[in-house]
Amino acid sequence: MTYAETVAGQISDLAAGKYSSEELTRHYLQRIEALKTLNCYITVTSESALAAARRADSARAAGHSLPLLGVPIAHKDIFCTRNELTTAGSRMLYNFAPPYDAMVVDKLEKAGAVMLGKTNMDEFAMGSSNENSFYGPVRNPWDVTRVPGGSSGGSAAAVAAGLCAAATGTDTGGSIRQPAALCGITGLKPTYGRVSRWGMIAFASSLDQAGPMTQTAMDAALMLGIMAGVDPRDSTSIDSPVPDYVSSLETPVSGMTIGICEDFMAEGLDTASEVRIADAIRVFESLGATIKPIRLPHVRYSVPAYYVIAPAEASANLSRYDGVRFGYRCKDPASLEDLYKRSRSEGIGPEVQRRIMVGAFTLSAGFYDAYYRKAQQVRRLISNDFKSAFDQVDFLVGPTSPQPAFRLGEKSDDQVSMYLQDIYTIGASLAGLPALSMPVGLAAGLPVGLQLIGRHLDEARLLGAAHQFQSRTHWHEARPELEIS
Amino acid sequence: MMSDWEVVIGLEIHAQLNTRSKIFSGASTRFGAEPNSQACAIDLGFPGVLPAVNQAVYPKAVAFGLGIGASISHVSAFDRKNYFYPDLPKGYQITQMDRPIVVGGSVEIPLEDGTSREIRITRAHLEEDAGKSLHEDFHGSSGIDLNRAGTPLLEIVSEPDLRSASEAVAYARYIHQLIRYLDVSDGEMAEGSMRCDANVSLRRVGSSELGTRTETKNVNSFRFLERAIDHEISRQRGILESGGVIRQETRLYDPDRDETRPMRSKETAMDYRYFPEPDLLPVEIDDAFIEAVRNSMPELPREKAARFEAQYSIAAADARTLSTDPLLADYFESVAALCGDPAMSVNWVRVELLARLRRDGIEVPALPVSPEQLGALLKRIKDQTISGKVAKDILDALWRGETASVDDYIKIHSLTQVSDASSLEPLVDRIIAGNPKQAEQYRAGKTKLLGFFVGQVMKESGGKANPQQVNEIVRSRLG
Amino acid sequence: MEIGEKTVRNIAELAQLTFDESHLATMQSSMGDILNLVEQMQEVDTDGVEPMSNPLDATQRLREDVVSEPDQREVFQRLAPETLEGLYLVPRVIE
Repeated sequence: MTYAETVAGQISDLAAGKYSSEELTRHYLQRIEALKTLNCYITVTSESALAAARRADSARAAGHSLPLLGVPIAHKDIFCTRNELTTAGSRMLYNFAPPYDAMVVDKLEKAGAVMLGKTNMDEFAMGSSNENSFYGPVRNPWDVTRVPGGSSGGSAAAVAAGLCAAATGTDTGGSIRQPAALCGITGLKPTYGRVSRWGMIAFASSLDQAGPMTQTAMDAALMLGIMAGVDPRDSTSIDSPVPDYVSSLETPVSGMTIGICEDFMAEGLDTASEVRIADAIRVFESLGATIKPIRLPHVRYSVPAYYVIAPAEASANLSRYDGVRFGYRCKDPASLEDLYKRSRSEGIGPEVQRRIMVGAFTLSAGFYDAYYRKAQQVRRLISNDFKSAFDQVDFLVGPTSPQPAFRLGEKSDDQVSMYLQDIYTIGASLAGLPALSMPVGLAAGLPVGLQLIGRHLDEARLLGAAHQFQSRTHWHEARPELEIS
Repeated sequence: MMSDWEVVIGLEIHAQLNTRSKIFSGASTRFGAEPNSQACAIDLGFPGVLPAVNQAVYPKAVAFGLGIGASISHVSAFDRKNYFYPDLPKGYQITQMDRPIVVGGSVEIPLEDGTSREIRITRAHLEEDAGKSLHEDFHGSSGIDLNRAGTPLLEIVSEPDLRSASEAVAYARYIHQLIRYLDVSDGEMAEGSMRCDANVSLRRVGSSELGTRTETKNVNSFRFLERAIDHEISRQRGILESGGVIRQETRLYDPDRDETRPMRSKETAMDYRYFPEPDLLPVEIDDAFIEAVRNSMPELPREKAARFEAQYSIAAADARTLSTDPLLADYFESVAALCGDPAMSVNWVRVELLARLRRDGIEVPALPVSPEQLGALLKRIKDQTISGKVAKDILDALWRGETASVDDYIKIHSLTQVSDASSLEPLVDRIIAGNPKQAEQYRAGKTKLLGFFVGQVMKESGGKANPQQVNEIVRSRLG
Repeated sequence: MEIGEKTVRNIAELAQLTFDESHLATMQSSMGDILNLVEQMQEVDTDGVEPMSNPLDATQRLREDVVSEPDQREVFQRLAPETLEGLYLVPRVIE
């Protein structure tokens, strides 16, 4: 039996009765087991997945229909799943099975999706290589000596390796887009607030946003339509109707103006990647779009501003991990202080500790104005740059990451160079804008991603443009060759 | 010498708002529940959960602001205040630092000498309460109860305008009265619904610079507040007069030992690292909302006292006493309307009722005598059915629940006052005849003895004789 | 930006983290590196620029004052390292 590789394909095959959800789920569970060495999943929920698949099959037999009925998906292990382990990639939560579901998990379940398991990630979503997971690094399916990117590296690698057709991810400074680029898949970070953050373990609250990671723009549109929407439990979720993303996929690109952000094509971009980006832009031109160079004068300060704002928010968000009410607690604490300090120092990994320290420092007495306030001002200027750009163009394109997947360990001792991986993605994060990465070719056998950045709540246009591109090209269908053990 | 030092006090009063649910979660705020039975995932600071703001805190905070003549912020916002403590599950408290809901304002507090003084209020802001650490010995551990975590608080910060412990208490009492009046808080101090932190410093008389202050935390009774401040004043004076310096620190009042001592857990200098709460957006309220709150506000104590004075022609001090508690004020107004005699009502409510309340240690809501009953009783005094003395006995009977109806009681115990001359005259004559010596003295000009005769007649009549009537008869018989 | 060892210790205290000597030195140098990266933004002229603490140009929605959360103490406390009689336990706190 051959199974469709995309969500859209599976929806129609399941509807046509080509195979059952149980068969499809079993296929994925077997493949996950066979490709265990990629370390994409922290937890595989085989039993409950099969049970859910069987329920989906019975529901279908009884004449019920739901948008994703019986489609197996995976969740990044940052989303709380009721009574299922939710670790956020941290030792701190090695035993944490929350009594509630994240809103995203709830919505996808109600839409009929079957959860295969929880995907690996950088601890508390801090990282660009997935090497910061307490549960070991994820390997890039295109080259297992290389990183899949991060922090949603498990989700990206799982989709690329065919260990699920779609997965959820979260993006704070590039954590959906960068791994999507490095693994050759389509990843969308929606507008800040488009998707509820309820039940999504917080990294930086004013930046965190959940989104779909899929093989195609079509699948991303299918997923986002379910994930998006206002949630009374998330005060920062946007109260605006969710459009039909699938129906707007056919909107032609012709007549649109696409901005090329010159600041993104500057020094630091790998030459082979640059060529692929230029090729992709020509495809858009051939589809009838007008190309216009755009300057975003403050975007080069994105990384500095981000590395103040995100750690500051994280330093507070991670104070709740204290060994008192849940999660890891050190052995035989001698005093309250000992309990706090050892539980946190033993339960939290080095990169996360580093960011907590930087965050606490930038907020501390005497430094707040020079760091935190300054960064929030720079953030405003960056946001204003995007606003003026969107007076001239419909969306922006550029690279997602400075180079394709790097080797495991290559940057782990140099966090500043690691931080610069997100140089192209952080701007949209700070401004809260929707941004998508899709594969536009290979460089030395490794995928290259193109980033599309859109106006506030203009996900439909980004998905449409990506779909138009994918209707004309085949890069999204390229698959890594994997040795099945 | 005490007179060499001027005492400077500012109070931070934490008032729990009497909402049904918490400020950021749907858990109940009911007092006295089983430990941690009213702490939901949000109150416990679980991973992935988010706060959602309770709308009910805004009309309450705004009413308080209007009650002190403050300006109400059209845009207020929450911040995070970061510190580790077991009763603070998230490791930060959500509070308002930069943009509090209430800014400025003042109150006029009554002083012991009958004058009053204006105390300025800096701000009042919304925040979440912390849980409780229980330090009884749980095998060398402390127990944490997070039921209180997330209860809405209004923190009311005064300017350092208070000059003595008794002024601080008068101010705290005033705020206590105001928050109860405005239904902002139930003000149950024993349950911790209102707690005070006192910032105390001393400076040389005439100096305009403030001295180093200490903060005495979490005082939850007026009596303790007075004692804690007085203790702190004498402690600081002792240090200053022996040439020492005051250390800026947080102290805890221990009512058992009647002393304040430094809090060990706050020894290290705190750096709270405030920053805007990113899980919440700024809260906007418009003029229409503020006006709606204003229109639904009850009469404030000050306004009520002024009205009582004018409407019922009663003394200012009486009007103020009756206005301290809205329930007592309503009670008085009902009684006055029922018996038609405000002056008599003041006397009975202020003196007789309050004395019995104090004696039995109960509060106004638990009064065993209804305004209808007291009104009926006073009506019977007024129409001379009974004497005041008998009325007090009947009040006691009502108080003890021995009867529900004043008139039935009068009838059953035949307490109707005797006013007709034909019954009283023989009685008076008998008393005069029985006390010839006093009668002679009276006739010789010692008219003070009138009271003696009236008293004897009253006693003889079992309190039922109409004292005015007896008065007249005695006078005419001896005249 | 140079960051002193004393500062690092002080920040660790605020963050309730503990480092042994070698880790403290590593932390000190990597914090310095990150702050150097961050330092670039000081060249931006931000005079009069309103800080942006949230990308949403919106105001807070308010929740009705209703009790919606049932008692789930047993469910929550099953996840706790140590409880007794419904209380979370921590080493003795001295106030």
